[in-house]
Amino acid sequence: MEENIHRKTVIELQNVKRNFTVGDEVVHALRGISFKIYEGEFVTIMGTSGSGKSTLLNQLGCLDTPTSGEYILDGVSVRTMKRRERAVLRNRKIGFVFQNYNLLPKTTAVENVELPLMYNSAVSAKERRERAIQALEMVGLGDRLYHKSNQMSGGQMQRVAIARALVNNPAVLLADEATGNLDTRTSFEILVLFQQLHAMGRTIIFVTHNPEIARYSSRNIMLRDGQIREDTENHDILSAAEALAKIPVPQDD
Amino acid sequence: MNTTNLFKIALKAISANKLRSFLTALGIIIGVASVIAMLAIGQGSKRSIRKQISEMGSNMIMIHPGADMRGGVRQDADEMQTLKLEDYESIRDEARYLSAISPSVNSSGQFIYGNNNTPSTIYGVNEDYLTIRQLKVEDGEFFSEQDIRTAAKVCVLGKTVVDNLFPDGGDPIGKVVRFNSIPFRVVGVLKSKGYNSMGMDQDDLALVPYTTVMKRILAVTYLQGINCSAVTEDATDQAIEDITAILRKNHNLKEGTETTEAEVNDFTIRSQEELATMMNSTMDLLTILLGSVAGISLVVGGIGIMNIMYVSVSERTKEIGLRMSVGARGIDILSQFLIEAAILSIAGGLIGVFLGIGAAYAIKMAAHMPIFIQWWSIIMSFGVCTFIGIFFGWYPAKKAANMDPIEALRYE
Ligand SMILES: Nc1ncnc2c1ncn2[C@@H]1O[C@H](COP(=O)(O)OP(=O)(O)OP(=O)(O)O)[C@@H](O)[C@H]1O
Ligand SMILES: [Mg+2]
Repeated sequence: MEENIHRKTVIELQNVKRNFTVGDEVVHALRGISFKIYEGEFVTIMGTSGSGKSTLLNQLGCLDTPTSGEYILDGVSVRTMKRRERAVLRNRKIGFVFQNYNLLPKTTAVENVELPLMYNSAVSAKERRERAIQALEMVGLGDRLYHKSNQMSGGQMQRVAIARALVNNPAVLLADEATGNLDTRTSFEILVLFQQLHAMGRTIIFVTHNPEIARYSSRNIMLRDGQIREDTENHDILSAAEALAKIPVPQDD
Repeated sequence: MNTTNLFKIALKAISANKLRSFLTALGIIIGVASVIAMLAIGQGSKRSIRKQISEMGSNMIMIHPGADMRGGVRQDADEMQTLKLEDYESIRDEARYLSAISPSVNSSGQFIYGNNNTPSTIYGVNEDYLTIRQLKVEDGEFFSEQDIRTAAKVCVLGKTVVDNLFPDGGDPIGKVVRFNSIPFRVVGVLKSKGYNSMGMDQDDLALVPYTTVMKRILAVTYLQGINCSAVTEDATDQAIEDITAILRKNHNLKEGTETTEAEVNDFTIRSQEELATMMNSTMDLLTILLGSVAGISLVVGGIGIMNIMYVSVSERTKEIGLRMSVGARGIDILSQFLIEAAILSIAGGLIGVFLGIGAAYAIKMAAHMPIFIQWWSIIMSFGVCTFIGIFFGWYPAKKAANMDPIEALRYE
């Protein structure tokens, strides 16, 4: 990993632990995680159910704070931050994509994408709209701007969610099982989109159950029981676009 | 997060669930509307009664024979004869602060003209009575001082008596009608006053010289009462003092000494003022009663807001989690829900104001109740409803703001 010395560190974890107390039992969801993620990496995080993937992602997304250890995001220490400060940090530096999309019901695509910017008073209404449209065009929904969330397919909703995660131009894009609810073909379409974003220099952290997806990312972290079992660089990234082309298009019947 | 955005978000949330929003506001709408309608009815009744009292004659002072009956003690016939014509004359000549004074002796009986007859009351008075009771002669003229001196058999009729005796619309002036078989020449007709608030026909009467009633109808030497008008409302109390002093002197009532108590008045003086105050306090009580019933419904409306906001917060837990994950701070969530509550209660309040005014007029039309809408009742109920909405919206909003974003996102 010699080359990494010259790259900017976006995320640095130092021996991060996260314990949950359930009744009088303590669950060690994270048992001391340390790694660095550099700008422009596309990292997949894998592991069995309950291995701590979501807990880790919540730490990275500043939704939660470590029980112990240090987390530095884009040069600032998150561990000692107040609730309010973490909210601002999420607003400026994080883009979240969820398995179940989490769009606002009965709300148009463009309004959903505008949401993070609504909480940033530095962005005017005009700029907000422009950036939302731009983000939707980037994910290929330029022709669906004013469709309501309940008038769209799962793949389209996930694209809206990705546009929403991109609209604040975040330091890192976090996805938790972003393709978990989608069929194979649509999953690959989303994967193509993530690869495009990677190619554009975005930093992406993608939690998944599917081992195949790791072959399309630049690095894979395996978790087990709250610890890193494997952290491997992938030098032979497959093209999702090629894989997509090989999947047969469903025939109309 | 600027305020404009917060309002946009709140408005969007409200319009996304119109029925729920309407139901939330409904409690406030009903509360405000009933407060305004109830206060309008209370105030309206109060005003109409006050108006009627002043129409009966402003600054009026009534003197009756006998001790003050407010204690509920019955009086014997002797006591009822303590007021004499001399009393009237000395008050007229000596009392200050009076602008008009008339003796009063009444008798009920039957009026007859041709084939028509009608029961009515005849009032023996002088010309000042018109001023005191705010009556006007519409046709003909009032009887003269000469008529009083000679106890002339002349009368001024009220409209109802005229209508009953002259149903064909004939001119009553100059005609001779009979009252208890005594002939009276009609010299004038009073302008109609209609019914008063107690449903009494104020036109069912006839005025004749008091001397005529005393000598020719009742054959008495005492008066049933003396009516006066004070020069101004403020002078009423001083006028009453003067009258009391004159009557006590005339009736030889002993003042109190160190060993004896003063003899009690054998007459009663009441002022219009006193009557009005009594009525006012009754009406105030009614208004307070109506107002507090309506106020309770306003509070119930507020609890409705709290209840539905509470449901709304749980229903939208996931949305709250999402907003937090994209950077909403606790204060943003709090403000959003508070603004929602405020918008709902202000909108509800506005609708309630119009509905309340409408209801008040509907009641006026349907039940012929007098109404009066006071601007402060609108401002007050509106302010209270806004306060209640925000007050009861606070707790659910605070609950939303304190949610853990991860928990909220995971909520199903
Ligand atoms: N809020 C919590 N309270 C108590 N225990 C928790 C909490 N959140 C997570 N855990 C525990 O921490 C461990 C890791 O959970 P986590 O959700 O991170 O797993 P995961 O790898 O995302 O699993 P999956 O693949 O099923 O999503 C589990 O044992 C879980 O029970
Ligand atoms: Mg998970």
